[in-house]
Amino acid sequence: MTDLNKNTNRIPVLPSKTKKTTTLVFAVVLLLYTMSVIQTEAYPHQIITNIPIVVDFFIDDMLPPNPSYFADSFFALLETWNIALLSTTLSALFCLPIAFVAAGNINRNWALYHTTRFSLNVLRTIPDIIWAVLFVAFVGLGALSGVLALFFFSLGIIVKLVSETIEAIDPGPQEAIRAAGGNLLQVIWFGAIPQILPQFASYTLYVLEINVRASIVLGFVGAGGIGQLLERQISVFNYGNISMVILVTFVAVTIIDTVSTSIRKRLV
Amino acid sequence: MITFDNVSLTYPNGHQGLKNINLEIPKGEFVVVVGLSGAGKSTLIRSINQMVRPTEGRLLIEEEDSLAMNTKNLRLLRRDIGMIFQNYNLVKRSSVLRNVLSGRLGYTSTLKSILNLFSKEDLQYAMECLDRVGIQDKAYQRADTLSGGQQQRVSIARALSQKPKAILADEPVASLDPPTAHAVMQDLQQINKEDQITMVINLHAIDLSMEYADRIIGLRDGEMVFDGKASEVTEQTFEDIYGRAIKEDDLIGEAESE
Repeated sequence: MTDLNKNTNRIPVLPSKTKKTTTLVFAVVLLLYTMSVIQTEAYPHQIITNIPIVVDFFIDDMLPPNPSYFADSFFALLETWNIALLSTTLSALFCLPIAFVAAGNINRNWALYHTTRFSLNVLRTIPDIIWAVLFVAFVGLGALSGVLALFFFSLGIIVKLVSETIEAIDPGPQEAIRAAGGNLLQVIWFGAIPQILPQFASYTLYVLEINVRASIVLGFVGAGGIGQLLERQISVFNYGNISMVILVTFVAVTIIDTVSTSIRKRLV
Repeated sequence: MITFDNVSLTYPNGHQGLKNINLEIPKGEFVVVVGLSGAGKSTLIRSINQMVRPTEGRLLIEEEDSLAMNTKNLRLLRRDIGMIFQNYNLVKRSSVLRNVLSGRLGYTSTLKSILNLFSKEDLQYAMECLDRVGIQDKAYQRADTLSGGQQQRVSIARALSQKPKAILADEPVASLDPPTAHAVMQDLQQINKEDQITMVINLHAIDLSMEYADRIIGLRDGEMVFDGKASEVTEQTFEDIYGRAIKEDDLIGEAESE
């Protein structure tokens, strides 16, 4: 203590060792950023010099949207919505039994639990676009491949979320039902399901939001919906139609997200 | 009749929960198990319906060794024994009636219970059970809208709906204030007297134990250190069971505010 006061008048807020470590970490992070800018040639000044090109593109090409293309866009959007709705509903239905197998507090079988968990991890590492490419190859172009792709994609997400909710529930009611002579299914149905219902509904809506947006992208590889329409218009440089599609999509996604978020807020 | 024949229980971590327990509980007796926390009160009670499984000895329920039962028979055994918990263990988001009906699950097939197809008699009886504990008017309320005392009454109704031969209660009044605790104990006493249902109850409050029990069993470190009529018990008995002097925390107080 006395040594410290002799060398300097100020008492350091951080120990000098922490200070050195922090400085080193900052330097490394800065180096990583610099390297990534150089490697990708994403120099910041390009953004500024290219602004006029972007503005011209919007004013000359994208505006105005082609109003006569509204009907086509709208029906393609409806298909996108239906793809999302079907795939989300299917994955929500399949999710429940799988989620209980993937919940450590319900499934006490070590091997089955870990096999399920591992399979779900594998399922989640496959991106939605790969599922779409696979199913377009299997069942051909169109909405069905979109539904199948998003079913498998969202199943992985929703099972993870729901099984983690199951693992966090109050074990008391299940204990009581077991003590009253209930079997495993009755314990789950009466003791566990009522506890996870709000979260389950909320996660399903959240996945629906994700699926609406994902199904737009999947259209680009031929999995139906408004994305497929957009991809065709882009390939023929029909900018009026493109901006109509984007406008319709923007409005629809905003409405769906807003409604879904407000419902979810009330659920949990 | 519940008979412990040299029952011991060693937990997987090596801790010995029960040591050579020999005990006979005749039908219709009101037994209170006392002891400090960690003495094995819960383990003893939960052994009876095998929520924990004794590792040695024989545990006879009506002459049949419950430790040798298969899963199916164990479920049949459990539906004959009601259980009440310190934290009520109700499904908070479900209605009171649905919570009481879950006591009928042992009598209802899986398919029927999942489809909510409880028989007319079951519904009738669940309502009667709620009436007996005085909260029939709350049947369609969510369980978590009720007070602690009311929630414990729901769980008593749930146990009653099993038409049990015995009711086990693990610290049923430890989360309740003194007047409510006395009221709940009186409910249990009344059920015991009217229906001849055997009661095995863990308590840590000395005065409650002496007031309501027919018989008191004392546990220390998993061993039975006392077994006698409640009328013969004095504070000295408790000091012997606890291995220390009685403190104010060991008493719950009178039900004067009721």
